[in-house]
Amino acid sequence: MRNIKAVFWKQIRDTLKNKTILIQFVMFPFMAFVMEQAVVMEEMPDHFFVNLFSSMYVGMAPLIVMSAILAEEKEDCTLKVLLMSDVKPIEYLTGTGGYVWSACMLGSCVLGLVGGYQGREFAAFLGIMAGGIAASLFVGAAIGTWSKNQMMATSIGVPVMMLFSFLPMLSMFNETVHKIAGIFYSEQVRILIDQMGQHGMEMKSFVVIFLNMAAALCCFVLAYRKCGLS
Amino acid sequence: MIKLTDVVQCFGEHEVLRGVSLQIRKGEIFGLLGPSGAGKTTLIKIVTGQLKPSAGQVMVNGKNAADLNGSMYLRMGIMMDSYGLYGRLSCYDNLRLFAKIYGTAEGKIDEVLKKVGLLEAKKCPAGKLSKGMRGRLALARAVMNEPEILFLDEPTSGLDPAATKQIHELLLAEQEKNTTIFLTTHNMAEAEKLCSHVALLNEGTIVEYGEPKEICRKYNHQNQLQIRLYDGRYLELKNDCRAVGTLQTYLEQGMIETIHSTEPNLETVFMELTGKGLV
Ligand SMILES: Nc1ncnc2c1ncn2[C@@H]1O[C@H](COP(=O)(O)OP(=O)(O)OP(=O)(O)O)[C@@H](O)[C@H]1O
Ligand SMILES: [Mg+2]
Repeated sequence: MRNIKAVFWKQIRDTLKNKTILIQFVMFPFMAFVMEQAVVMEEMPDHFFVNLFSSMYVGMAPLIVMSAILAEEKEDCTLKVLLMSDVKPIEYLTGTGGYVWSACMLGSCVLGLVGGYQGREFAAFLGIMAGGIAASLFVGAAIGTWSKNQMMATSIGVPVMMLFSFLPMLSMFNETVHKIAGIFYSEQVRILIDQMGQHGMEMKSFVVIFLNMAAALCCFVLAYRKCGLS
Repeated sequence: MIKLTDVVQCFGEHEVLRGVSLQIRKGEIFGLLGPSGAGKTTLIKIVTGQLKPSAGQVMVNGKNAADLNGSMYLRMGIMMDSYGLYGRLSCYDNLRLFAKIYGTAEGKIDEVLKKVGLLEAKKCPAGKLSKGMRGRLALARAVMNEPEILFLDEPTSGLDPAATKQIHELLLAEQEKNTTIFLTTHNMAEAEKLCSHVALLNEGTIVEYGEPKEICRKYNHQNQLQIRLYDGRYLELKNDCRAVGTLQTYLEQGMIETIHSTEPNLETVFMELTGKGLV
């Protein structure tokens, strides 16, 4: 527990000085805020931007940040030093993952507030985000574990991130994309948030998110078996 | 304390270590010398369990190095040539992270920073330090939890003489506390000054082992006069009566710029054994 806390603490200190990661955390909440204030159109559904950006946030931030942190620590050999100081791999992953998850949840709170969600809706919104962020986190951890350095993490992470974060947006305009996108957690997050206010949520979406999470976890385990953390 | 038996390490076709056997006693400073690419870093990696040797056995504190685990690592301080520092965190925060992990009192941080001469730079991000300063920070981290064994890969490379002296004092103070120190170096003078035993590693084998003084005595046969002339020529003469004639001529002509006898030191021994200098 002490080690998990230490890793968590280190990550907070580091993020404050790491602009790339900081931007990942605040970009979508900030953009949602600006757009909701600035763009007012007649036929636009309620919370249009918040809902769209929330699903993009889920697909992008945890995945990119988690893979970037892991890959950078490998590249700089800092992870090796940690592991040789009696920090267990599981402690390291819990500390780092827990940190990224918490930071993204903080961003989600901002998104929820910008969207004007209240009471049970706000709680449901956060619950959906929590699941999506966790799934995204596992994907990021798998990519970071697989990569030897930051270059590799970026070149694998960016296409995967594009897939997860832009499909929900494209699926609103194209029926074919809509069908395919349905198998991914980020699209289901968007659907769930959309349905939240109206006619209740479908079990199917939760199942898809859960399956995504399980698949990502499998990828991570495979990557870990092959490369370990060093 | 540390015992290596016939350690072999191959990277693909390339055989880097070809049967290295060594023994290091508790409380001594052991120096591993060798030219660049000799396999010094590789050997440290094997002894610290970061690399599994292709063949041979390594025992550290009675345990096989390959299965070193957490509690053993807590009693070891390791400084590798890739320092493994968090570039954006300050010196202080870099150490604070490990103080949290080791459960060391945070008051200790300033103390070790002072010992390595980085107290003024404690707020500076590690990534902005010079190479020598980063090395000292990595060293500070290695000694912070008062380890029983210290592994140091080139602890003084890139340091000026004053900082080198400071590090030497720190290492000798550690030895006072009965810490075993395993270091690699290119610096012969350093090895002579610090180490109770040294091993010369060349092309994957130990070509000489012993106390520095003893090794020098053993190779005293070189015994030459080295003369540099004003016209740029450089001569090496055997230090005996046969040199008299030549010397007299040059002396009479006033051509001698410098003249030295070779007191053998580890450097010359090394040159002789390997046919090449240390880089
Ligand atoms: N992971 C690796 N894969 C393949 N070859 C390697 C690997 N690590 C080291 N080598 C090779 O092993 C040899 C010895 O390397 P090592 O880093 O141990 O030398 P060294 O004595 O520490 O040199 P230096 O004084 O420059 O630090 C080199 O020829 C290097 O190319
Ligand atoms: Mg080396």
